[in-house]
Amino acid sequence: MSTQAPNTTGQPIAFVSAQALRARMHDAVNDPHLRQSFRGAMDFLMAKRAAQFPDEGELDSLRSLSESIRQYSLSKLPDLLEQLEANLIRNGVHVHWAETPDEANAIMLGIARRHQAKLVVKGKSMVSEEIEFNHAMEAAGVGALESDMGEYIVQLAGEKPSHIIMPAIHQTKQQIAKLFAEHIPGVDYTDNVDALIQIGRRVLREKFEIADIGLSGVNFAVAETGTLCLVENEGNGRMCTTVPKVHIAITGIEKVVEKLEHVAPLFSILTRSATGQAVSTYFNMISGPRRGGDRDGPEEVHLVLLDNGRSQAYADEQLRKTLQCIRCGACMNHCPVYTRIGGHAYGTTYPGPIGKIVSPHMMGLEQTHLLPTASSLCGACGEVCPVKIPIPELLIRLRGEAQSAPHANPAMVGQGAGYDAKVSLLWKLWARLYARPATYRAFTWLATRFRFLTPKQQSGWTAARTPLKPAPRRLRDMVKDRR
Amino acid sequence: MSARDRILARLRGNQPAQADALPDLAAHYTPRARGEAKAARLARFRTGIEGFHAEVHVSREADWPALLARLCADKQVGTLMYGANTPAGQRLTGAGCGATTLRPWAGQVEDIKADLFHRVDAGFTQARGAIAETGSLILWSSAEEPRTLSLVPPIHFALLDAATIHPTFYDALVSENWAAGLPTNALLISGPSKTADIQQTLAYGAHGPKELVVIVINAEGDAA
Ligand code: SF4
Repeated sequence: MSTQAPNTTGQPIAFVSAQALRARMHDAVNDPHLRQSFRGAMDFLMAKRAAQFPDEGELDSLRSLSESIRQYSLSKLPDLLEQLEANLIRNGVHVHWAETPDEANAIMLGIARRHQAKLVVKGKSMVSEEIEFNHAMEAAGVGALESDMGEYIVQLAGEKPSHIIMPAIHQTKQQIAKLFAEHIPGVDYTDNVDALIQIGRRVLREKFEIADIGLSGVNFAVAETGTLCLVENEGNGRMCTTVPKVHIAITGIEKVVEKLEHVAPLFSILTRSATGQAVSTYFNMISGPRRGGDRDGPEEVHLVLLDNGRSQAYADEQLRKTLQCIRCGACMNHCPVYTRIGGHAYGTTYPGPIGKIVSPHMMGLEQTHLLPTASSLCGACGEVCPVKIPIPELLIRLRGEAQSAPHANPAMVGQGAGYDAKVSLLWKLWARLYARPATYRAFTWLATRFRFLTPKQQSGWTAARTPLKPAPRRLRDMVKDRR
Repeated sequence: MSARDRILARLRGNQPAQADALPDLAAHYTPRARGEAKAARLARFRTGIEGFHAEVHVSREADWPALLARLCADKQVGTLMYGANTPAGQRLTGAGCGATTLRPWAGQVEDIKADLFHRVDAGFTQARGAIAETGSLILWSSAEEPRTLSLVPPIHFALLDAATIHPTFYDALVSENWAAGLPTNALLISGPSKTADIQQTLAYGAHGPKELVVIVINAEGDAA
């Protein structure tokens, strides 16, 4: 269902064209099952988050602290990346840098080839989705198997995650039961959730035991200690990072913090905002491969640091705030648009509000300029964001970048991609008119007198609404009459 | 120029001239410190981790091996793997574990992988400490108690000294200065492995242990 479109750096990335966004949204809102499952799931997640923050003061203080940690880290980003690299190398970890998805995949394929790997088991990693890791591996003849239950389900179904925390949120247990019965040899149909999870456990345990490489994402990378932190509930992240001989972690360059203590508040606000859990089952801090007297753990650990447009966001003071994100998903859980259209309609790896503000940097505005317009600017995302990213402000900024006339030295690749000279002229005239009391008075006088001339078809507006028509009398005239 | 140099150059070229002020974590955590006694910390830890489906048993110091043997019998644990050279391991070796076969971890994981995955019913480790706020155990991997011991067997038994329960994660890592030297793997564990990936329905025993059993010792008295 996806077509290949180039991103900013000319890499192929599975993406459905911007023009198709409206069609997909239309299909999604007309699918009552889809709407029902997302509505139910989002209500559930919102209630669980709210229960974690009974005390407004506590939440405010923790949000401010988390925001300041992320902003501090970004203000020192290049220094922290170098410090992280030095400490990881000291700990025996190999560090790689990739500017593009292709580069990242080539690095990891190189590692897989060196070890003659046949199977990579994967913990949950949105960055690996961002770079289409599974496709790259499969194309090269290396198996890549998702082991997070939700990701495993999505992979069996040949889909992409529809939520960054709960990848299979769009699937019902009956659909999953069918999927398992069809794809897993010897499995009969059961829609008992415990039974389904035990089936997944059995299948994937065999794979953990024999896999050559384990892949994981990173939630926080600690510069001062050279430590990779992973948040998870299932234990598959621990399996992937502990059992195979080689562990490869991949992360965006923005995930670094300076001090180990900085992860304490971020971890707390992450799990509470994401799934409304006081804490996740596991918080896994990895500081190197098997060494000294260690009796298990991987013999090699690699970290791949991916840019893919992040340095473009970094270059602009306002857009830099995009990189504060800790990928909790709260913004999508609270988004009225996401709740109605689901994650797949966006067509990007990251759906929802965070997807709208981060995808344009990864893929260029040419492909993504409609995304920031798919918002009512209600502000819910900004209100719940645990690191206080002003998402609505950024959406307005991105609309501006997309719709302003192309100019030299743009802040973003694809600036002006949504520019329309006619529309822009119309707005300019309107602004002129509005800014001068005399012309505005004249305009409203004319509008009330010639209201019968208003067209019945008003393009996008009348697609779902009755036509606009000026009132027969101006407000100023009505006020005058009253006096 | 390498990818590394290009990325760093782009970031350096746009880095704010002045770094932000270092965030003040103590300003958030200090006013929230509860100054609880040991018993109160244990009670909060217990409520927390039981809420995540872990079992908690309190035992007198002298009696925990017998309690462990009883629990193993109840759960029909055929083989329990443990690290023999820790203080707790030595106690266990001496006391035995009733009808359950005690098997010390020996060699590298490669030597015992098949058994670990298919024949060991439970793993026993010490906990380095715990966190009252969230109901979490703290485990540091070591040569004696490797990472997979608390991960692969279907049941994980953990021995916790009540005096090592910290109020928060922040307190634990600051008061013990973790940043000065972390093991290969440091871990917080809050309950048995679980998932809600199918229709938000919670199911336990996803990929890690299906059961987590905590034996708390040294709960008597108030000397922290
Ligand atoms: S933008 Fe904020 S709310 Fe959305 S995923 Fe990122 S941290 Fe969470």
